[in-house]
Amino acid sequence: MAKSLAQEFVKGLWDEVPPFRLVLGLCPVLAVTKSVENGIGMGLATTFVLVCSNVLVSSLRKVIPSKVRIACFIVIIATFVTVVELVMQAFAYPLFLKLGIFIPLIVVNCIVLGRSEAFASKNGVFRSLLDGLGIGIGFTLSLIALAAVRELFGSGTLTIWVTPIQIFGPSFKPFTFMIEAPGAFVCLGLMLCVMNFLGKK
Amino acid sequence: MGDYIVLAISCILINNILLAQYLGNCPFLGTSKKMETAIGMAMAVVFVLVMAGIITWITNKFFLEKLGLEYLRTVAFILVIASLVQFVEMFLKKSIPALYSGLGIFLPLITTNCAVMGVCLINVNEEYTFLQAVVASFSYAVGFGLALILFAGVRERILLARVPRPLQDTSIALVTAGILSLTFFAFKGMV
Repeated sequence: MAKSLAQEFVKGLWDEVPPFRLVLGLCPVLAVTKSVENGIGMGLATTFVLVCSNVLVSSLRKVIPSKVRIACFIVIIATFVTVVELVMQAFAYPLFLKLGIFIPLIVVNCIVLGRSEAFASKNGVFRSLLDGLGIGIGFTLSLIALAAVRELFGSGTLTIWVTPIQIFGPSFKPFTFMIEAPGAFVCLGLMLCVMNFLGKK
Repeated sequence: MGDYIVLAISCILINNILLAQYLGNCPFLGTSKKMETAIGMAMAVVFVLVMAGIITWITNKFFLEKLGLEYLRTVAFILVIASLVQFVEMFLKKSIPALYSGLGIFLPLITTNCAVMGVCLINVNEEYTFLQAVVASFSYAVGFGLALILFAGVRERILLARVPRPLQDTSIALVTAGILSLTFFAFKGMV
């Protein structure tokens, strides 16, 4: 392992930032980014699952036989997703309703299983924790970025927590295309283009 | 009967699983580079999705609801789907080798296809009856296949076009998907 601990954390923020660089886990990215609030909620939920499952997988990596590892990983991930689901139902019910089936669908988010398989099953507990945290925060930030663009033009507001903040004032005519499904695809495609352009050396 | 046709049309076109509900986008982008792989994936999804729809509906109705274990739904469904995929793979390998080699590597990939899990959850959330769940699962799967094959056709053409470097590959694919999604958007309000 040539990477230092700090690098392990930072790589999730730019070099391997999930939806853009790894092109994994696109479904929640497209679906929940109608408002910034949803993006933050989804990002934090996914980060929690990522960190917990990474830690557990890496601490059990010597116990789990490699033939049934995928099944074991999925059970571990599903357990933490259930925890998130129940906690959100109890403490953030309106947000839970907005995110709908995308909370249980964190189970099949390729990022989470991908990190368990590619990283946590081969590395130590602390490194896996940092890796999960880095990727999770990178995921959250990219959700927020995409949601901010879509919400700003799609409804002229930014919703950080519960109440929308008017940005363009009442005379703004919302560009509804952005918050509908086609806008999500086009917007993500163009953001990827910008990232490729900036990342080019 | 009429109700089922309306349900089928709305699942295939209006609420298309890929382009309107945003489910199953990883295989959508991953397997659409070639027509052959797209067809393989579409067939595998139709096959597994219908079976998963039936089995998770039964699991939910006769086990989880009877025993009051609804909070275990996520865990139960993913286990059912994962073992179903494994079982289907083994069964096909033994008895229908031709179909198995046709579906090939797409079968194991379906476990983490959120379209499958998503449809099973939709069936439960909408409180469909058994027959409705079967029709809905099948129609969603057909919608998935339709969108995937259309998209693969478009993507093969893009290979011939000159695309600016930063837009290449996934980026242009997403913009194309957006335009395809716009055409499906036009079906809204049909039923």
